[in-house]
Amino acid sequence: MNVDLIPGFLFKMLTEGLPTTMALVALSVSIGFFLAVPTALLRVSHNPAVRVLPYAYIFFFRGTPLLIQIALVYYGLSTLEWIRGSEFLWPILREPFWCAIIALSLNTGAYSGEILRGAIQAIPRGEVEAARAHGMHGWLIVRRILLPRAFQIGLPAYGNEIILMVKGSALTSTITLLDITGVARNLYARYYTPMEAFVTAGVIYLVLVFLLTRLLRWVEGRLSRHLLGPPETELAQDRAS
Amino acid sequence: MDFQGYGDLLIQGAGITLRLAVGAVALGLILGLSGAALKLSRNKLARAVGNGYTDLFRGLPELLVVLIFYYGAETLLRHVVNDLLGIDTYVEISPFLGGVLALGLIFGAYSSEVFRGAVLSIPKGHVEAAKSFGMTPFLTYRRIILPQVWRVALPGLGNLFLVTLKDTALVSVIGLDELMRAANTAGRSTRDYFTFLMAAALLYLALTVLSMAVIHLLERRASRGHLGAAGH
Repeated sequence: MNVDLIPGFLFKMLTEGLPTTMALVALSVSIGFFLAVPTALLRVSHNPAVRVLPYAYIFFFRGTPLLIQIALVYYGLSTLEWIRGSEFLWPILREPFWCAIIALSLNTGAYSGEILRGAIQAIPRGEVEAARAHGMHGWLIVRRILLPRAFQIGLPAYGNEIILMVKGSALTSTITLLDITGVARNLYARYYTPMEAFVTAGVIYLVLVFLLTRLLRWVEGRLSRHLLGPPETELAQDRAS
Repeated sequence: MDFQGYGDLLIQGAGITLRLAVGAVALGLILGLSGAALKLSRNKLARAVGNGYTDLFRGLPELLVVLIFYYGAETLLRHVVNDLLGIDTYVEISPFLGGVLALGLIFGAYSSEVFRGAVLSIPKGHVEAAKSFGMTPFLTYRRIILPQVWRVALPGLGNLFLVTLKDTALVSVIGLDELMRAANTAGRSTRDYFTFLMAAALLYLALTVLSMAVIHLLERRASRGHLGAAGH
């Protein structure tokens, strides 16, 4: 390995690649979240006809590789005549960045939808019954009880999904996007030094994932503060009195 | 769908995809069991190595792992053959081997966690009972621990297999003619990417459904004694 190359590589990846990776992850996780909520709510419906659509969506996006989903949006859709002819769709679908956002959002929407569904179904029945006994109904229960509780229950799994998105965003380098991996592949092609380029990129991802794990653990702690109860000593005093 | 004579290429690609996944899992199971043994060791250093292995692969994008281990193994081998052994020849690693190596390492990193959890789920009394019967540690491992670990770990391993099956698509990047690359080749020459990528996606779905059926059968077989005892 030629160590002298690494600082220059690192600089290029951090200044050119990192912003793209962060934008990809932030945008697609946000959009994916808004896809996940209706998907999960429709998935827990009692009506089989309502359930089938989100089921098919989740089945397709969880059963096929993300790489092929990205290629389908970028290469696949551009070969369809009616898309090339569309004044509204073509300006978006001809940009690799937006194609990446569409594919990543749909993918994480399906996975997060399934996480949220599991979380909704894990909410104790009594909490929903209590809400009903308080005269809440329909949307109000969803808004005040179901969703906040589901987010809390599903957060550890959802955090994992965000980390998977950071790693998945590397695949957008295959449709010419210059994210961290994209910059690394370019540097490899230019200098023919695969290890220097890819290992440097790997270190950046490791640091990114480490920081994200820390952040998620902090958020989890904040959201479940009320479950911790009072500190041990006070509890003992309360019992004594 | 009209495959314009490229149908065979896709089917062949699906075959390579399946072989790649099975090869990676075979390597990954060995690495996973070893990783779990390290994590459960009483030696601090061994535990650190085991945990470091999992953390490393959990934080690296799978695509980078494929690239690093494909080029890395080649560079290393070239160094050994050309410089250390002094043989002047062109050294190249097949993309299939590179793919098995990379995906196997990833499978091992995740499955070591599954195995660790499964070993911990075995009641201590089972091991003590084996010891009191005079079994050696190895015999205990083979007759008592491993069969039970297999049953408890199967659902988790099944999920990981499905993940590996989808990760095989990444090996197309280093030039293996598996399903994804076959679809790309056919799409490029017919200028009809949509048909071929969609066909490939459906083939991946078919492989996923097929694998799920096999995993289900294995799970039923692995827990046959257990179901009877529990009176399900």
